[in-house]
Amino acid sequence: MARHVFEGINVADFSWVGAGPQIARELAFYGAKVVRIECHRWPETTRTAGPFKDGITGINRSAFTAAYNVNKYGISLDLNMSKGQEIAKRLVQWADIVSDSMSVGAMAKWGLDYESCKKIKPEIIYFSTTQMGQHGPLNKVKGYGFIGVSYAGYGNLNGWPDRDPLPLFNNYSDFISPYYLIPALIAALLYRRKTGKGMYLDQSQVEVGVSFLAPALMDYIVNRRIAYRMGNRDPHVAPHGVFPCSGTDRWVAIAITNDEQWQSFCSVTGNPEWDKDPRFSTMLGRKGNEDELEELISEWTRKYTADQVMTMLQEAGVPAGVVQTAEDLFNDPQLKHREHFRFLEHKEIGVHAYQSPAYRLSKTPCSITKAAPCLGEDNEYVYKQILGLSDDEIADLLIEGVITTDTDIPEVLCGK
Amino acid sequence: MAEQGDSLLSGCRVLDLADEKGVLCSKLLADLGADVIKIEPPGGDAARNIGPFYKDMPHPEKSLFWFYTNLHKRSITLNLETSDGVEIFKGLVKTADFVVESFEPGYMESLGLGYSELEKINPRIIMTSITPFGQTGPYSHYKATDLTGVAMGGMVYIYGEMDRPPNRLSCPQFYFLGGLHGATGSMVAYYHRELTGEGQHVDVSCQQAVVLSLMIVAEIWDMLKYNYRGMGPFYAGARPGGLPLFSQVIYPCKDGHVFLLVTGASQAGMVASSRALVEMANQEGIALELKDYPWQTIDAATISQEELTRLTDAICEFIKTKTKAELSSLALEKGILLAPLTTVKDVAESPQLTQREFWQKVEHPELGESIIYPGYPIKISENTYKVQRRAPFIGEHNQEIYEKELGFSKEQLIILKNNGVI
Repeated sequence: MARHVFEGINVADFSWVGAGPQIARELAFYGAKVVRIECHRWPETTRTAGPFKDGITGINRSAFTAAYNVNKYGISLDLNMSKGQEIAKRLVQWADIVSDSMSVGAMAKWGLDYESCKKIKPEIIYFSTTQMGQHGPLNKVKGYGFIGVSYAGYGNLNGWPDRDPLPLFNNYSDFISPYYLIPALIAALLYRRKTGKGMYLDQSQVEVGVSFLAPALMDYIVNRRIAYRMGNRDPHVAPHGVFPCSGTDRWVAIAITNDEQWQSFCSVTGNPEWDKDPRFSTMLGRKGNEDELEELISEWTRKYTADQVMTMLQEAGVPAGVVQTAEDLFNDPQLKHREHFRFLEHKEIGVHAYQSPAYRLSKTPCSITKAAPCLGEDNEYVYKQILGLSDDEIADLLIEGVITTDTDIPEVLCGK
Repeated sequence: MAEQGDSLLSGCRVLDLADEKGVLCSKLLADLGADVIKIEPPGGDAARNIGPFYKDMPHPEKSLFWFYTNLHKRSITLNLETSDGVEIFKGLVKTADFVVESFEPGYMESLGLGYSELEKINPRIIMTSITPFGQTGPYSHYKATDLTGVAMGGMVYIYGEMDRPPNRLSCPQFYFLGGLHGATGSMVAYYHRELTGEGQHVDVSCQQAVVLSLMIVAEIWDMLKYNYRGMGPFYAGARPGGLPLFSQVIYPCKDGHVFLLVTGASQAGMVASSRALVEMANQEGIALELKDYPWQTIDAATISQEELTRLTDAICEFIKTKTKAELSSLALEKGILLAPLTTVKDVAESPQLTQREFWQKVEHPELGESIIYPGYPIKISENTYKVQRRAPFIGEHNQEIYEKELGFSKEQLIILKNNGVI
C-alpha cells in the first residue's frame, strides 16, 4: 500500500471561502490531517451561499463549502472567547502549518497571527493569502475574488470590443492563487526538515492574477500597448472563434493555426475550393477576410452537433473543441477517464461530486475518502483524540458556549 | 552543478523540454530557486515565435512571452531525435531532479526516454508531463489551442453576452493553468521523493486544471441541474424552478468601468456596503429614493427582477459621475464592495504593487536597457525572491554546460553541431 505523501503533517485551517481552503485541501488529498475551525455564530460566507442541495438553504447543505473542504475534519469554536483562543492555540501547537485567509488584522485580534503562533511553536509554517497582501496602501480593501479579479485586470479582457466588459463569474484569481502557494508551502516543509526553521508566507491574490497576465502586461511595459477584449478572435491567427451548432445554445471552438490544418479543414467541410480561394489560401488572407470566413464556417457548423464537428475535425488533425457546459463536463469521456469527479456521501447533502487534482502521480495517487464536514461534525474526534480533552472538559466548553452548536446559528440564517 | 544560495529550491535541477504547453511549470520552480536548464531543439524552441515582441520586432530572441516564461533559466540546444542527443540527455538525467515535458503522449517513449526508461537511469527522477488532456484516454491525442482547450474545460460557456457566442478571456490561460498545476504536482512528488528516495511520473491535464478554476460552476449543475451561462454584465443567480435573477455587476463610470455588488445578502459586509454607497450618492443628490432602503431584508430567493433593477439603475446614475480612481478611494474608505476594472496600464502604475516591491528590474545588455518584469506574488520570510538571470538566448549556455560541466571538448561540440545534435 503506497504511503500517503503528507502522512504525519498536521494543518490548522482557519481559512475561509475560496482561495484559502483549497490549499490545505491539496495536502489533505495526499494524507495530511487538516482541522478546519469554524463557528456556528458566524458561519462562513460559502455556507450561506449556494448552490444548496435541492435549492433548500442550510449551513450544511452548500456544495460551495463542501467543494473545498473534502478530506478535512471540522470543528466549531468561538474564537471571540478567550477560552476559544486558548483551544485554538493548542491546535497551533499540534499543527505543522497554520492556514489563514482572513482580512488583514483578523487573526491578530484573536492572538493567532504569525508572531503569536511563532511564540507557541517556533517552527510553525504559517501562510496568509489575501487579495492585496499584508501590507501596502490597499491592504484593507474588502476582499473577495471578484474584487481581486477586477484589480488584476481580467475584467477588461472579457467580452467584445463593442460592448461593456463582462464579469468573471468564477472569481478566477481565487482559483489560481492556491496553486502558486502550494509549491512554496511544500518547499517550506522541506526547508524545515533540513533546518528546523518555520516561516511565514504572505500571498497577494491580485499579484497572482497579474502574473497570469504577464505577457499582456509586458506588452504595455515595453510597447505601451493596452490589451483589450476581442471576443473569440486572436490577434495573429484566423479562423479562430466559437461557432454555432445544431441544438439550443450549442457551440464549438475552432482554431486553425497553419496551412496544413486549413487544407484538412477545407476537405472535411467539403469545400476544397476554399483553399484555392485567394481570400483564404494564406494566413494573411484568412486574417484579412475574417468576417466572411466566420460566416461561411458558421453555415457549415450549424448543420451538425458540436460533438460531431469536434470529432470530424479532430480526426483530421484540426484543433476543435466543444464549448462545454457544466453538464457536459460530467459526461465528458476524457474527464471520466481521468476520474476527475469523485462522488462521496455527505451527511446532509447526500452523495455528491467532488473534484480531484489536475495531475496523476504514478506511485502515490491521491485519496479522496471523507466528505466535507458539517459545521462541528468532527468535534468529538478533534477535541478528544487530537487535543486530549476529557468528556468533562468538553461538556464545560459546550455549556460556556466556547464550543458552539446548531443552537448558536443566528436566527436570520435559520431559514423559514 | 548546483548553485549555492538561500533559495528554497537551491540545488534542485530541472531539465525543461516543454514548449508553450508546459513552459510555466519550470519557471515556477525556478522562482523558488531551482536550477532550470531549458533544452531547445537546435534553432530554438517554438515558443520563441510567440508574441508580444520587444518593440514589436518579431524575432526569436525578442519575444516578451519567452522573456517572461523563461526567466531564471539557462539554455542548451539538443536534438533528441539523434542517438547522440538521447545519450547526452540520459547523462543529464543522472544528476537531475525533474524532467518537464509537453510532447504528444508516446513521443518520449518512442525515443526511449519514457518514464520507465528514465527511472532506470535515475530512480529519483520526477518526470512531469503536461498535455492538454493527459497521457491516456479518448482525447489524449486531440489537438488543442488556448481557445479550444478552455472551451473543453468549461471556461468559455460561463462568459458572454446572451445574444452572442460565449467567449474566452482575451489573454491565453490554458497552458499557464497546466504549468501551474504541473508545478504543484511536481512538488508533491518532490516531497515524497525527499522522504523516500523514490521518484515518479506526474501526468498533468490542462483541461482538468481549467475545470478546477471554475469556482462553483460544476457544483451548480450537480446540485441544481442548471448550466451557468454568461449573460452580459450581470450575475445570474439560479432560482430553482424559475428564471434566473439578474444583478448588474459591471457599471460604466466616467473613465471606464467598475465592478460593484449592490445585492447578494449572503456576502459579509454587503448591507454596510450598499448603505455606504447610497449615502455617498445621496450627498450628491443622486438615488435619493434609496435613502434608508432596508438592504438587510433583501432575499435573493424572492426579490423581484423589477425591484432589483430599480436599485441598480439608481446606483448606476451615481457611478457614471465618478472616475475609477475616485470610486476606488471611496470603496476603500467606506468599505464598499467595489473594484475598478483595471487596464494593464493601471496595473503597471499601481502604488500597491510598487509598495509591495512586486516589480523586478532585469538587465538586458543585448537590448541596451533593463526591462521591468512582474515578480513573485508571495513574500516568504526565509527566502528573498531574486531573478537568477534574464531568459536565455538559443543555446546560450552550451559551452558552460557541455564543456565545463559535462566535459565535452570543443572538437566534440563542433562535430555535434555539424551533425545537428546541438
